[in-house]
Amino acid sequence: MKREIKIAATLLAGLLASSAAAQQSNSGPPRGFDRGPVAAFPARPKAPADVLARGKAAYDTNCASCHGADARGGERGGNNLLRSDITMKDSDGSLLRQFLLNPTGAEHTGVREGPQKFDLSAQQAADISAYIRNFPLSSRDPGRMRPPTIVVGDAKAGEAYFGAKCGSCHSATGDLKGVAARISDARTLQQTWLMPILPGRAGGARAAAHPVTVTVTQPDGTKVEGTLGRIDDFIVTLTEADGTNRSFRRDGDVPKVELHDPMQQHRDLLSVYTDRDIHNVTAYLATLK
Amino acid sequence: MTRLSLLIAVPALLAAQGLDPSELVKPLGSTDNWPIYGGDYSGKRYSSLKQINKETVKDLSLAWSARLVTGSQDSKAGSNLVVGGIGEMEATASANVKGSILAVDGTLYVSAPDNAWALDARDGHELWHYVWKTRGGTHIGNRGLGMWHNRLYMETPDDVLLCLDAKTGKEIWRKELVDFDLQYFSTAAPIVVGNHILVGTGNDLDAPGMLQSFDPETGNVQWKFYAVPMRKGDSGLESWANLDAARHGGGNMWVPGAYDPESHLYYVGTGNPTPAYTTGTRGEGDNLYTCSVVAINVDTGKLAWYYQTSPHDTHDWDSAQTPVIFDAPINGRMRKLVMQAARNGYAFTLDRLTGEFIASSKFGETANWSKGINAKGQPVRDPGKDFDAGGALVSPANQGVTNWPPPAFNPETGLLYVPSIDAYAMYYLTETDPRGAMGLGGKEEISLGTVRSYISAIDYKTAKVVWRHVYPTPGGNLGNGMLTTGGGLLFAGDVAGNIVGYDATTGKPLWHSYLGSNISNAPETYRVDRLQYLLVAAGDTLYAFVLN
Repeated sequence: MKREIKIAATLLAGLLASSAAAQQSNSGPPRGFDRGPVAAFPARPKAPADVLARGKAAYDTNCASCHGADARGGERGGNNLLRSDITMKDSDGSLLRQFLLNPTGAEHTGVREGPQKFDLSAQQAADISAYIRNFPLSSRDPGRMRPPTIVVGDAKAGEAYFGAKCGSCHSATGDLKGVAARISDARTLQQTWLMPILPGRAGGARAAAHPVTVTVTQPDGTKVEGTLGRIDDFIVTLTEADGTNRSFRRDGDVPKVELHDPMQQHRDLLSVYTDRDIHNVTAYLATLK
Repeated sequence: MTRLSLLIAVPALLAAQGLDPSELVKPLGSTDNWPIYGGDYSGKRYSSLKQINKETVKDLSLAWSARLVTGSQDSKAGSNLVVGGIGEMEATASANVKGSILAVDGTLYVSAPDNAWALDARDGHELWHYVWKTRGGTHIGNRGLGMWHNRLYMETPDDVLLCLDAKTGKEIWRKELVDFDLQYFSTAAPIVVGNHILVGTGNDLDAPGMLQSFDPETGNVQWKFYAVPMRKGDSGLESWANLDAARHGGGNMWVPGAYDPESHLYYVGTGNPTPAYTTGTRGEGDNLYTCSVVAINVDTGKLAWYYQTSPHDTHDWDSAQTPVIFDAPINGRMRKLVMQAARNGYAFTLDRLTGEFIASSKFGETANWSKGINAKGQPVRDPGKDFDAGGALVSPANQGVTNWPPPAFNPETGLLYVPSIDAYAMYYLTETDPRGAMGLGGKEEISLGTVRSYISAIDYKTAKVVWRHVYPTPGGNLGNGMLTTGGGLLFAGDVAGNIVGYDATTGKPLWHSYLGSNISNAPETYRVDRLQYLLVAAGDTLYAFVLN
């Protein structure tokens, strides 16, 4: 399901772009018609700076030692307040205030027994609530403490593996000479050597340069070859070298169809590599500057 | 309470109109209708209709097509436009039908997020169109409507359950499913059981998934079921780091389940534990009852049994896929069974009265995240394949070997047909904070493409693949679900924009029609004027085929 969400997000971005384009032309939607892309969960309104300053001071004094300075939970067992039912629903501090007067029952999910009681004023509760709700909240929680690098392998072992598994097609002094200078981001380098061509993605240009080709052998033995257009169980289409488009009805194994995918070996190797092999080869290729 | 007494409880006046809930107990094909998400309660998507069969299917051709337009801007002549809502916006997305279409007494009821339509089943012309003005929520899809007498039920992305008049599309009542500020969104198809409307709601931000039962007349809540422990003393709590972790543990019931009228048990698949990837807060336990088939008593909302198909998932691979129930022999003895083919690439056959494990097997050939199957039949997670700072090469990719597109089970072949994909991705750790991340954070997944797309035909006795129909090139979609029939046929979209009829025994294609865009829901069949129709959606357009 959530894979589709990414597609939906892309679609949404597309809609936003097209909406922006529409505003610049005369062909946009009629004025006053409230129709457009919908933000799934809009960012909460930002509180004024003085409220946030008061909220931070009150939070740091009363809450941070258990719940952490960033309200994501602390070493003393306080839970993550960003995703708590109370703070997510609490637009004015009233739910927080009420809870802290008697923090027990099903809503109390603290790791430790005997939670603290606080008799906050309405303003203190509103300030603290505003401060907690000022932290961004997203189901795509962005990395805050990212590993410094993805290069974690042994370059020497990677060189040996490269020689054994990749050397029949590729060479450090030939096609891959200076590859780490051309692709300076190590993660992109790793993704690229694992699968150089992914249609519709960054590898699109490479896909155009290394297309899948097809040979169709008709019942009378005539062979037709070209770049694959599309194929399913019922049709195969191709473009011959002179630009002629051809299509053939398929009925089981007739005519005989052979696909030649330049990426097939890369695809086959995905079930062979260990993660260590991958990390080692990337460490090696990262030295080819 | 027996099923009979449940039905007697229905007011006599209403019982005389529309779709009586007792209709839902009848096997698909014994009436002309497709009255519920899976066609009937079993989830088999097996219709005994056989006018269209292995011999006649070659003559199947288009009866009509109908394009659906979302929003109130475009109203069709003769159609009744009804606009409701809780927000100010109409989403601009074009219609994408990704759920089941109800066919009841010559009328089709179709849905897409924020939109519902009634169409004439004979030619697809529009009778009414309901538009919901939204306050937000993830508009990813709507799996369909539920029907009780003359009422329809629809979930909206911004967490409202709507009750509509099936004749006019007019709103009868609306109920908030959950507090929208908690970032829930609602996509499932409501399931009608007697005087219960079963409604699933989910989210991507660590809140507990819930299934609620509503009174069909008043909309009052009858019970709530959470797939995770919510209170001290709840069973399963020992499998979480603490109560706070359990209460933020997910288990969303995204997809409708199957129902056994004899035992009153509703079988539904639960979603993954959350946070989905990082386990800093949820601990190393099994995280019950996420990624499970759960059997819930519909009268009480209580758990009868569970079987976890993915203990301690770490890849957002929910087990929300529709369980399928049927009676069939195992070792010479008739058994009451339930089967699930899960997103993690493993298929399971269980006793549906007790949850007893009978068989399991890997059907996603390249799935590499497990060390093997344990004595209880469950795949054992390999922590080395969770993610890595340098990247972990994992199959399947996020969408899983299969996903929401429903499977089908044919009692004559004994095969479960499952839309399947083998794909790889690199999973990179992006959060080293020992507290982990929230929701779907903490990792980045970068695709390495699809290796193979295919239909898996799985033997219920062993849960093993008997054959695969592999498409000539891999495609990203799942053809979007299966239908099988008493005519010996299996219908499914392929990955190239065809709707295809296969021999259900061998998987050999017997008929196809190229629609030019990917099929977006599972094919269905219904009958009007003694004609058997095949109905399928491709994005915003419905196509109906008959024998001409």
